[in-house]
Amino acid sequence: MRLHLTRRYRFAASHRLHTARLSEEANRRVYGKCANPHGHGHNYVLDVTLAGPVDAATGMIANLADLDPFVEREVLDAFDHRNLNEEIAAFRDRVPTAENICIEIFNRLRAFPQARLERVRLEETGNNTFEYAG
Amino acid sequence: MVHLTRKIEFSASHFYWNPAWSEQENHRVFGKCANRHGHGHNYVLEVTVAGEPDPVTGMVLDLKELKDILRREVSARMDHRHLNYEVRELEGKIPTTENIAAVIWNLLQAAIPQGRLHRVRLYESPELYVDCYGPGPGGAA
Repeated sequence: MRLHLTRRYRFAASHRLHTARLSEEANRRVYGKCANPHGHGHNYVLDVTLAGPVDAATGMIANLADLDPFVEREVLDAFDHRNLNEEIAAFRDRVPTAENICIEIFNRLRAFPQARLERVRLEETGNNTFEYAG
Repeated sequence: MVHLTRKIEFSASHFYWNPAWSEQENHRVFGKCANRHGHGHNYVLEVTVAGEPDPVTGMVLDLKELKDILRREVSARMDHRHLNYEVRELEGKIPTTENIAAVIWNLLQAAIPQGRLHRVRLYESPELYVDCYGPGPGGAA
């Protein structure tokens, strides 16, 4: 059977959309109020999807007792209640758009040892959703 | 091609236990899910059927018919039941969300008369769900 397991996590973080590669005027034009120098925040919803196989002994694709601490350690500890521009090394020279956050999270989670990472889905707000599958 | 999704809810109890393991090993792997008195969930099931709308009725599959199938195949078997003891199709299997979704796939695959079963999505809670896309690589469940 082709099976995927999806687990939902949440984190709250601030960011600012701004790049040194563009002029202040261009930043303002491209990013609008998201370029506000003091930043702003979101309640992010993160759906992590793993693909089978199902372990015959446990009936599980992955044990949440393994997945939850892994996501906690690799992503939530670093992202939750943080300023993404200031506190995540990957965003020193990359704009922390939801697209880039999605890719960064995927890259951090792909090493999960017990199952294959299928997809990461990130909701920045109830209206904006982003997916990355590598 | 159109995808049609119907949602139902059912409530059931279960626990996780592998009889080949010691009590200690079961508790180590399954944690509080290994409590043999069981616990329960409000499961939410989303069933997606794919197909072309019938030229006369304009429907992929009559939702009324799908509703009856879901009631007969899923609710009658699982709603307000103990999944370890009362569902024949789960005998010998640990009633994880993965295994329940695979059993529901097989039950519906055999029962849906029109359109093609595309996906069974089973939520154990709003924070955890499993998608089943039918036979294929991914392990026998």
